[in-house]
Amino acid sequence: MKYSRSLQLIQLGVLGALLMGVALAALSAEKKDPNKFNRLMTPISERNPPPAEDGIHDPESFGTELLQTPRASFSVLPRSPSGNYVNWTKALDDGAIEPRYHRDDADAGPVVMDLNIVREVKGSMPNVVYPHKQHTEWLDCSNCHPALFIPQKGANQISMAQILLGEACGACHGKVAFPVSECRRCHSQPKLEVSKTE
Amino acid sequence: MNQFLPPRQRAVLTALVLFFVAGDWLGQSTQAEYGDVVINNYSDDAGMRPVVFPHWFHRIRYRCKVCHGDLGFEFKAGGNDINMLKIIDGEYCGACHNGEHAWAVENCDVCHSAKPGTPTQVHESTLQKLIAPVDRP
Ligand code: HEC
Ligand code: HEC
Ligand code: HEC
Repeated sequence: MKYSRSLQLIQLGVLGALLMGVALAALSAEKKDPNKFNRLMTPISERNPPPAEDGIHDPESFGTELLQTPRASFSVLPRSPSGNYVNWTKALDDGAIEPRYHRDDADAGPVVMDLNIVREVKGSMPNVVYPHKQHTEWLDCSNCHPALFIPQKGANQISMAQILLGEACGACHGKVAFPVSECRRCHSQPKLEVSKTE
Repeated sequence: MNQFLPPRQRAVLTALVLFFVAGDWLGQSTQAEYGDVVINNYSDDAGMRPVVFPHWFHRIRYRCKVCHGDLGFEFKAGGNDINMLKIIDGEYCGACHNGEHAWAVENCDVCHSAKPGTPTQVHESTLQKLIAPVDRP
């Protein structure tokens, strides 16, 4: 029969698909295990999901299919433990990305200012070192001064509560720049060392 | 095409396709990319999908200063009163999405790609997590 060969092929395909389906079903059953290891942590396999699966993009939208997946893009960038799971500071320093400083001029470079502001923190947390250098790589002085911060050391009241609520450093950290959970990147100066050198 | 498969096989295939589509849907998480901004000031009311702005994609290509300094975007999701007229007049997104710097506005769906009814937000932001701390079911 002329059909039989293609029929066989189709049946083979169907069998394969069924097997895959069973495997997939087993996988999703595993997800529903109430005693799953690390229940509240996003497993690495689920980080940076493709747009169609990320919960805010509409998989029915034709445009969603056209979007690049973050995972593909981030595969060549240095990693970090949270947020986009990308260390943007390092990506820029290493030249892994070369974002433009001007819309039209690919050669324009930032005016980088290397000035650290140390903010002594009450309690046991290490002091906060605010680095102008990494910020002026990305931002203009006017992005922060004077609306977010008066440009004078110590002139601004900043607390963790404000930051968590999206004010002061929290205008960016916890929204687009690295999240507040990476305490040590801000609280980077151990107190012991300070008292020793002073 | 209809002649290609006998009805029984066609039914099986259809069932399989449905199974996979359903499987995809069940396996969905609610973990959009950190920093994605949903803007829904006018879209829902106008019968369009809300807009998703992917910060990560843009910061690979431009420093924050280009949009937040030169182009006048405030640091506030939904706080810029962007509308289609301003965009086609070259303001906000239209400063680049004009067919010259980047693809132009006729690709409606690429920006209007959020699920209908998604509220304005910065996805995965600290505030969002403080309000709903446990992000997994
Ligand atoms: C990301 C935000 C940000 C950007 C961008 C930024 N600054 Fe600052 N700047 C700060 C913070 C925070 C302080 C500390 C304020 C405090 O201690 O209360 C500060 C402090 C200062 C001070 C006071 C230093 C002192 O010793 O009193 C000056 C001057 C200053 N900035 C100039 C600049 C200039 C010039 C630029 C652009 C090249 C710039 N800043 C960009 C956040 C920023
Ligand atoms: C984006 C930078 C940043 C990150 C990330 C960060 N902090 Fe802070 N933190 C600050 C600044 C700025 C202050 C204010 C310092 C001062 O008093 O001048 C502060 C102050 C504090 C204080 C002193 C009390 C208060 O509320 O002001 C504590 C405690 C603290 N942070 C804990 C943490 C912990 C725990 C984490 C991680 C979950 C963390 N911080 C992450 C910037 C940061
Ligand atoms: C206007 C936005 C903005 C504000 C306000 C801001 N930051 Fe940042 N910060 C950034 C961006 C963007 C980066 C680059 C890294 C990233 O995106 O994760 C950065 C990087 C940093 C780094 C560098 C980390 C490293 O790996 O070297 C530190 C430390 C930091 N910020 C601390 C602070 C502190 C403390 C404050 C408040 C006093 C603050 N930032 C306010 C946008 C901001």
